[in-house]
Amino acid sequence: MLYLNELTLSHFRSHKFSRLHLDGRPVAIYGANGSGKTNILEAVSLFSPGRGMRRASASDMTRRPEALGWKITGTLTRGHRSYAIDIKSENGAARRVDLDEKPIAQTALAALSQVIWLVPNMDRLWTEGAENRRRFLDRMALSFDASHAEASLAYEKAMRERNRLLKDQVRDPHWYRALERQMAQSGCQIHAARLHTLAQITAAQNNADTAFPAADLALDQGQGDMPDTIDDFITALADSRGQDLAAGRTLIGPHRSDMLGRYAAKDIDAKDCSTGEQKALLVSMILANARALAHQTQTPPMILLDEVSAHLDAGRRADLYDEICALGAQAWLTGTGPELFHELGSRAQYISVSDQGGISEITQHEAAAQ
Amino acid sequence: MAQNRDIEDLIDLMAKLPGLGPRSARRAVLHLIRKRGQLLAPLATQMQRLSDTARECLNCGNIGTDDVCDLCTKPDRENGTLCVVEDVADLWAMERASVFKGRYHVLGGTLSALDGVGPDDLRIPKLLDRIITENVSEVILALNATIDGQTTAHYIADQLEHRVTVTSLAQGVPIGGELDYLDDGTITAALNARRKL
Ligand SMILES: Nc1ncnc2c1ncn2[C@@H]1O[C@H](COP(=O)(O)OP(=O)(O)O)[C@@H](O)[C@H]1O
Ligand SMILES: [Mg+2]
Ligand SMILES: [Zn+2]
Repeated sequence: MLYLNELTLSHFRSHKFSRLHLDGRPVAIYGANGSGKTNILEAVSLFSPGRGMRRASASDMTRRPEALGWKITGTLTRGHRSYAIDIKSENGAARRVDLDEKPIAQTALAALSQVIWLVPNMDRLWTEGAENRRRFLDRMALSFDASHAEASLAYEKAMRERNRLLKDQVRDPHWYRALERQMAQSGCQIHAARLHTLAQITAAQNNADTAFPAADLALDQGQGDMPDTIDDFITALADSRGQDLAAGRTLIGPHRSDMLGRYAAKDIDAKDCSTGEQKALLVSMILANARALAHQTQTPPMILLDEVSAHLDAGRRADLYDEICALGAQAWLTGTGPELFHELGSRAQYISVSDQGGISEITQHEAAAQ
Repeated sequence: MAQNRDIEDLIDLMAKLPGLGPRSARRAVLHLIRKRGQLLAPLATQMQRLSDTARECLNCGNIGTDDVCDLCTKPDRENGTLCVVEDVADLWAMERASVFKGRYHVLGGTLSALDGVGPDDLRIPKLLDRIITENVSEVILALNATIDGQTTAHYIADQLEHRVTVTSLAQGVPIGGELDYLDDGTITAALNARRKL
């Protein structure tokens, strides 16, 4: 089991002081628009490495108008152990993490807690540009293997260096080769991790007893394939220098990859599916991610599902709740009213949130008030 | 707050030193003034002397007081092996470990297109000269494991291919870890286990 049994938000966004006492069951949060529900989920998302589910800076998270900095305190239960985790930012400074009162690197959280999420702005994932699909895939890859972040940063940095050479029309072949070797190393690692992730998600979808439609997933490179080996990638980058110089940027590599999705049972491109079907595919992938992680680490991750019921009818909602409960995950769900959680009954714990003059106020309930 | 302009100015200058902040600078200055006979005056003299004579070695880039530094002129150091470092602080760290008996070459930074640092801004042309004039047979790259450090290492290795043996400090230099922060044992181990690039 992995769950937060206590969570306190101090001066975090709309919350001045909110404390939750929880058990391992799903957490259903309801309240009007703007009351501060998503802010709670964002706080939970910070229990995994990275910038959280809004990709916001530490200073954006500080409660205004005070802008004093913020602190999130959590007691995390994992198996039989309990961890005291403090996440804070003072005066808009970078986020710091303490474990049992000792500072740790943010990346060290990856070994303790896995958090995955589905948020409303992903509703357009299948119809918008490739960048967000890549990011979605990389979050899944990261949940399986924390070293994916390092490879991504290394690739990004080496590519930005190379792009600068291209823009400045530098011709020194030794300099290009030095950067291209590093891009090839990290790039092949990124590509392999993505393929491995898709394979794991596919297997988890196929092996599950689920009401959600399986997505057929593939990596697409546009023009040309991603080279198979580091040496091939080094050669391909060298060969591409001419056209890259003309374009002023690097035209091949994993930063150009796209994740393609199809509604398997109907054999239809995800982007051509109905809004509800597109959402159902994403839910299927998130659940598969959770199942694969549960299989890999013996512990289901925390799952953040922001406004997930918006596009699901009552039947689908009930299926989702059943599958979350069967996983044994502490899922965090939000919705505008308690009726959206009716099917969860006593399998969940309930929190209502309201806006009291710019401050989010929370109340815990035994059951969803009807 | 010390009310006196000259004292305040000295505190402000001291506070700019690495490892000192306004509070510790204040304490240091107070201490110096109390011990002005034993400390402040000799310190001032020594600082003045160094300010007149300190310079970068024209050969290797180390800091000393002559045009060519002691490490370059000392007869008891082996010729033929050059250890390439980013910074003088790295050279000092290697010397502290006292395992390396050859000569050094300080690049003065790492290649970074984004920061506008190219090969000619570093002592890379001079390195290429020294390979020939000093009859070098092995170049040991002791560069940091950052992207820029490794780009620089690959760049130099590429330039020297087929001319000399190029090796690199082995694992043990952690990613983003700087030589200067490593203990002597780690540096010794990394040097002994160096590998061909
Ligand atoms: N840094 C901040 N300081 C104070 N309030 C904030 C801050 N950031 C966001 N908010 C407020 O939080 C509210 C949105 O909260 P959110 O959790 O997204 O609402 P919802 O309940 O609809 O999910 C908005 O009213 C917004 O103005
Ligand atoms: Mg919301
Ligand atoms: Zn010298």
